[in-house]
Amino acid sequence: MIEFGQAFAAAFHLIATFDAGLVEIVALSLEVSLSAVALAALVGLPLGAAVALYRFPGRIVIAALLNAFMGLPPVVVGLIVYLLLSRSGPLGVLGLLFTPGAMIIAQWLLVTPIVAALALQTVADLHVEYDEQLRSLGATPGRALWTLLWDGRLSLVTAVLAGFGRASAEVGAVMIVGGNINHATRVMTTAIALETSKGDLALALGLGLILVSLALAINFAAMAVRDLARVRHA
Amino acid sequence: MTVAILPLSLEAVTYEAQGQRLIDSLSLVFGAGPRSVILGPNGAGKSLLLRLCHGLLRPTSGRIAWACPGTGAEVRRHQAMAFQRPVLLRRSTLANVTYALALRGVARRHRRELALAALERAGLAELAQRPARVLSGGEQQRLALARAWVQEPQVLFLDEPTANLDPGATRRIEALVDGFHQNGTKIVMTTHDLGQARRLADEVLFLHRGKLVERAAAETFFDRPRSREAAAFLNGDLLW
Amino acid sequence: MVTRVLSLLLALTLLAGGLHARADDNAGRFITVASTTSTENSGLFAHLLPQFTAASGIAVRVVAVGTGQAIKLARNGDADLLFVHHKPSEEAFVADGHGVERFDVMYNDFVLVGPAGDPAGIRGLAETPAALARIAAAEAPFASRGDDSGTHKKELGLWQAAGVDAVAASGTWYRETGSGMGATLNTASAMDAYALTDRATWLKFANKGGLEILLEGDPRLFNQYGIILVSAENHPHVKTADGEAFIRWLTSPAGQAAIGTYRIEGAQAFFPNARKAGS
Repeated sequence: MIEFGQAFAAAFHLIATFDAGLVEIVALSLEVSLSAVALAALVGLPLGAAVALYRFPGRIVIAALLNAFMGLPPVVVGLIVYLLLSRSGPLGVLGLLFTPGAMIIAQWLLVTPIVAALALQTVADLHVEYDEQLRSLGATPGRALWTLLWDGRLSLVTAVLAGFGRASAEVGAVMIVGGNINHATRVMTTAIALETSKGDLALALGLGLILVSLALAINFAAMAVRDLARVRHA
Repeated sequence: MTVAILPLSLEAVTYEAQGQRLIDSLSLVFGAGPRSVILGPNGAGKSLLLRLCHGLLRPTSGRIAWACPGTGAEVRRHQAMAFQRPVLLRRSTLANVTYALALRGVARRHRRELALAALERAGLAELAQRPARVLSGGEQQRLALARAWVQEPQVLFLDEPTANLDPGATRRIEALVDGFHQNGTKIVMTTHDLGQARRLADEVLFLHRGKLVERAAAETFFDRPRSREAAAFLNGDLLW
Repeated sequence: MVTRVLSLLLALTLLAGGLHARADDNAGRFITVASTTSTENSGLFAHLLPQFTAASGIAVRVVAVGTGQAIKLARNGDADLLFVHHKPSEEAFVADGHGVERFDVMYNDFVLVGPAGDPAGIRGLAETPAALARIAAAEAPFASRGDDSGTHKKELGLWQAAGVDAVAASGTWYRETGSGMGATLNTASAMDAYALTDRATWLKFANKGGLEILLEGDPRLFNQYGIILVSAENHPHVKTADGEAFIRWLTSPAGQAAIGTYRIEGAQAFFPNARKAGS
């Protein structure tokens, strides 16, 4: 129980002194997770919308896969990406292993199904509401896809937030493909794992507090945006 | 000069869903000119008929043919439809109209001006920047008609457009519909409101259980209905 | 409004990237070393590597995993150097043609830790196998790495010497955590169990709980560290020149002194023993 008090003290000390190590780790965590989420949104939003709107053979299977992959274990994804990016693997020439690039790729794989599956649901619901009017106005299915994505942006913010939560909280994937290298690929979650393995539980917990606070801050901000927008647009 | 899409002819059109025959071997021709109002009790198939004509649904059997050749999408360019509950995008009032203009390929620099003119016509110019979804029911329906206006339709379908509106809003909608009519657009409308039908109709088509039971000039229909069902309906006795 | 937020998010990502790039020593020469969690957790690298970088201008990136995984990484060519502490595995690595040559670097020792109450009665014994036999007989809880690491292999060798098949008891008094040294010690601390650990990790470990060193000094507990350059034959991209520079420095008087001056709680943690040039 002493740990919790020490944890708060550790966290406070790190923040108050603007600890250089902490800044470095937080900056990298944000860079990796935000990039992964941005890329996941780029791919996942149109993908989910397309599966919602277009009829093609195997559609049900793709939808089921997207839903299932929301629960992909991060350590498994990390392992698969390692095997791909290893120098002995097919993409070894890219030299991406143990770089932030590899971490972004791994997290992108984790987040895209979440964004796509939730976008699919949102767009499918909107489709029921808008389909006749959009066809009456002369919108092609391709045009309708982007129109519905934009119209559903409030719900999609939630989907993207869910993706960010997943990315910023996972440790299994970034540990394997990043290597938790000091000053190169150490992020908040891997730093916490390291401090835990050194038995420095108070520091680990302190870092955890900072991580959770960051996630909370981002979520609150996004919710505020969403609620403001909702009031405007009903 | 665009090719005229009217007259529209339906030949033995049938529509079935879930084992039920909802439109039963219906044949008719819509010509340019008179405002056609479709009446009938609940479940008669009025809304379905509109959707079949507009190409939103495909008939189970029979033929729906416009005067000019082309795919459903191509012909639909010259038509517009307003629904009982207006479907508006989560954007500003103005943006809802410019969206329709964008779909028609109007150059970006012209859209704003044309949209504002349409809003002006519908008495919505001051609400141009307001999010469309916070407008009142009457304002939303007027917006739907402003949007239809910029589509320059040869045929305007309306499915019970004022069913949810108060008398004042209803009158404003009817005035806008009349504006389309004066401009040469063919009006095809369904309604539950007999008073509205009397005000607007040039001719009446009476549907019952998916069949076209009677079709006559408005005066004739209201004063001397030929069919038993129509008479009962006008009396308030035919519920479905 | 949403567009404004999206642009803000984009700016945030770029800012984070910029901050990261500033703090990063990416832009220079670097070598990748596959090493073990126990070495990392001891804090040796934080003390040692900056000295090498200052002398050579080469940054050292350490990927700290279990010995088994470190060897696998090196074999796959994902590291330039292998720096672990299990001589048989290291010699096999070179014999199989994956590594160029093995060099002794330093040693420390393992210690047997356990609850202060010492239910198995091993305190002060001189011979480790005898102590392990007593633990097995008493069925006292024992936390094992169980992860194919150097420490784990050492531990298994000692059980063998004691004539005990501990693995058969896995899940009862013998607990295989499948984790690094720190995680295993956390488990041992929480379970009041015995464990085999390298001294450096133990000195640095901050969650000892009720555990203390009960047995030490047995020559069997000698823990030798060796470094190997990954062979460029299978992996042409390996940084041979810079890797050789690191080995040279590590085995030089300067590097050896740097190792020897590393202290944990005032005690020397590692003892340099690289063979002098020409001997």
